[in-house]
Amino acid sequence: MQQVITESKKAFMTGNETAAWAALASGADVMFGYPITPQNEIMHYWTRLAPQYGRGFLQTEDEISAGFTVCGAVQSGKKAFTATAGPGNVLMQEPFGMAEGMRLPLLAIIQQRGGPSSGTVIYSQQEVALTTFGGNGEGWRIVYSTATHQEIYDYVIKGFNTAWKYRFPTFILGDGYQAKMREPLEMYDPETRGIKMVDTYPLIGLDGSITNAEREPQHLCNIYSLEEELYDVVLKNTAEYESISPEIVEYEERQCEDAEIIILSHGVVARAADDAVKALRAQGIKAGYFRPITLRPYPEKQLRAAIARSGAKKLLIAESAYGQFYRLTRQEIYGETIPMETLFMPGVGIIDYDIISKVKSIL
Amino acid sequence: MQTVAPATPKSWYLPTKPHKFCPGCGHGIVLKALGDVIDELEIQDRTIFGCDIGCSLLSWDFFACDSTQTHHGRTTPVMVGIKRARPELITIGYMGDGGGYSIGSQHLLNAAVRNEKVTLILVNNTNYGMTGGQMAPTTLPGQKTETTPFGRDPELTGYPTKGPEFIAQLTPDSAYVARATVSKYNQLRRFIRNALRNQIEGNGFSFVEVLSTCPTNWRTNAQQTWHFLEDEMEHYFPVGELKNPFGKGGK
Repeated sequence: MQQVITESKKAFMTGNETAAWAALASGADVMFGYPITPQNEIMHYWTRLAPQYGRGFLQTEDEISAGFTVCGAVQSGKKAFTATAGPGNVLMQEPFGMAEGMRLPLLAIIQQRGGPSSGTVIYSQQEVALTTFGGNGEGWRIVYSTATHQEIYDYVIKGFNTAWKYRFPTFILGDGYQAKMREPLEMYDPETRGIKMVDTYPLIGLDGSITNAEREPQHLCNIYSLEEELYDVVLKNTAEYESISPEIVEYEERQCEDAEIIILSHGVVARAADDAVKALRAQGIKAGYFRPITLRPYPEKQLRAAIARSGAKKLLIAESAYGQFYRLTRQEIYGETIPMETLFMPGVGIIDYDIISKVKSIL
Repeated sequence: MQTVAPATPKSWYLPTKPHKFCPGCGHGIVLKALGDVIDELEIQDRTIFGCDIGCSLLSWDFFACDSTQTHHGRTTPVMVGIKRARPELITIGYMGDGGGYSIGSQHLLNAAVRNEKVTLILVNNTNYGMTGGQMAPTTLPGQKTETTPFGRDPELTGYPTKGPEFIAQLTPDSAYVARATVSKYNQLRRFIRNALRNQIEGNGFSFVEVLSTCPTNWRTNAQQTWHFLEDEMEHYFPVGELKNPFGKGGK
């Protein structure tokens, strides 16, 4: 496959453009997509860049089809992906469920917009519940919540590898702000950073002749006749998900050691939290910063440890949703007695000032 | 005692035989014809068979070909995804009238418009068999089903979907569109062969609707079943090729 980026280079671009370049650099073979704001430019850049590198694209009739065509393409052994947002993410829960049920290495980039319903086309963190636990399954998903364009680039590359290594559907959870704003980042070829791209392989359409008895036919299954059959599959996959979780979990922690209050946030809001912690520290208030990068699996042990180590009196959870990240966190660290304060600003941006004001009002 | 076994297509997967369809169901005939054609065209090693949810699902391990399952109505996009990713494979989507004409109709329609190089076989038995005999898009006017217990009233629920007719209108001349019936086996086999040949040659979209029987949900005996198929269904849904890039060809 033709190398996309020969030498590392600085770029100044939108998050959507970043995602398209990262998918190219990852060696993605084909994108299936359907227009919805704010992810459109991922398709726009992909459709211009992909033909130069012999990669494919299809604009499908809806998001359901985009998700299922990705399921088909990855079954046939090709690195395929899609991108969506909001109501499109709702529709894609059906194919995402197939990817969970059949352990398909699907990658989806989600650029969150306001909800419920059509909401806004702009920004939110309201697709946390949907992206982590949507569908009629058990949440066998790997969800990276990015905060910067550099992370969009890095985690799209990592996401393809996670998906193909572990065969759980993998999500890059961005948002409308990250999608549309421009900022600097460094683009690179993964191999030059020592990142080996995981080889893809087909689940159907295998080499070897069935008629010459070189191999057995592959009959892939996602519906079972007996309760016990499904029960065994669910227990097996759950056990596998849990066993690989420690390798996948990622988080950031800063200045929690002596913190009186830990500010917990994810995604782009973590940038405001980082600024807020610096400002509060400058004013003599001992604030700490904790950010899960993976929302699924959640860095539960690490957060519990940070709370215990700091002896913090309070946890402040800040999010651009009305408690989706809060509820996820609460279930993960059940039993912790630290009081949890909240800053919920559903569908609107959070800046350092919002967090600083909140901290001062509760300390 | 000597028994005479019926000829079995080589591409059938014998560990799953006898199959699990109800006595009198037409699926076995369609799958026999499809197996014969896979053998004849020698495509078993590169065929991907995808089945929908519903009675068609019972065919998921019917062939010694690679196969996959998906959700109700979604076989078409899964086959499209495979074909787009691996054009050298022969993709056969197998579905019922509910999966194709109702819940998956947007996929069928748009795959046809895009002239996707896949072959879809849709079995029309005028009802949802697996879920217990509800009204389908193809249920005939006056026909009783579990959700039209007094007969389908077109004033309330419209007229039966004529799939090949609308697909023929949506596709270019390189598409293959036909309606077959399990009552005419040789013709059924020929239509399926044409549909697969059209994909193999890379011409375009290939679609065969097959009129089929469902005595379990129709609550009919053998004679009534055949009467409903040949006299009522075939009257409402004309059998024949609506679009054939190969011309009239042989009989």
